Amino acid sequence: MSRHGSDHGQGSLGAYFVVFTALMVLTGVTLWAAYQHLGIWNTPLALSIATAKAVMVALIFMHLRSSPKRTAIVVATSVVFLGFLILITLSDYLTRAWLPIYGR
Amino acid sequence: MADGTHATGLVAHDAPAQLRHHFVDMAAQKEASALGMWIFLVTEVLFFGGMFTAYVIYRAQYTRAFEGASNLLDLKLGAFNTVVLILSSLTMALAVWAGQKGRRNLIIAYLSATILLGGVFLGVKAIEYTQKFTHHEVPGPHFIVPEGLPRQSEMFFSLYFCMTGLHALHMVIGIGLLLWLILRARRGEFTPEYNTPVDMVGLYWHFVDIVWIYLFPLLYLLGRHTL
Repeated sequence: MSRHGSDHGQGSLGAYFVVFTALMVLTGVTLWAAYQHLGIWNTPLALSIATAKAVMVALIFMHLRSSPKRTAIVVATSVVFLGFLILITLSDYLTRAWLPIYGR
Repeated sequence: MADGTHATGLVAHDAPAQLRHHFVDMAAQKEASALGMWIFLVTEVLFFGGMFTAYVIYRAQYTRAFEGASNLLDLKLGAFNTVVLILSSLTMALAVWAGQKGRRNLIIAYLSATILLGGVFLGVKAIEYTQKFTHHEVPGPHFIVPEGLPRQSEMFFSLYFCMTGLHALHMVIGIGLLLWLILRARRGEFTPEYNTPVDMVGLYWHFVDIVWIYLFPLLYLLGRHTL
């Protein structure tokens, strides 16, 4: 990313309205999907749609797409550590019943 | 040193008044601000992340209680608020765009629209909270376990109030920041050369929007397929 790039950190108006429309459509899709009988897949689908929306907001509204790479690295750090937080905690809670030991 | 006219003469006499002497130019200064703001948002992700983790653990253990309690939330109001908040993100993005063009009146108009939409969101939230109080669905001594639900449904409502409450607190702070921006914009402080505060508050506002994008399905939608 060039520091002197004229369009650095700026978004185009058209992209904002495209993203807004996509966010509205995906909100409708997630509402519809919530009532479908998908077994264990309801929540993964809802989270996938939410993540698609979040990525669009970050890339276009928050100008991540036209930001320096180091900004993307900072954002990735938050995702990685949130993953650690949730996965390592779950690896404890979800495996406690595996051992027939008191105070497990 | 912030006035760009200090005695050493290191700063070119035509440098914008807002350029601090330790930055090469305005672009470098803005990039530093943006990086700092993003790092703050990372800490916010982990701040909210603690609550999301608590949610994941209790939901995994008390799935039926969570699904049943979730269905007691008002989906119409929740969906309406989702639309309102996404719309406010659009007006915020437009305010940042107007800031980069230095269009004073347009900045003020879009910021005002964002405040209005944020106010609508909080108003709807107040209506929802009131319903929860009148239905005895607020955790504590007056909580009555909803008919047909396990008593752990109280845990769902605890997390509901903590997560939406913390989110609403962020909205209130955001509205305060937007008011501060409007005051500065009225003084004509934002130009194509200097509009960093509008940009940074924009990042914060969009982050709060992203939190709600996850809160909405996790709190309002998780049990709808069981109806």
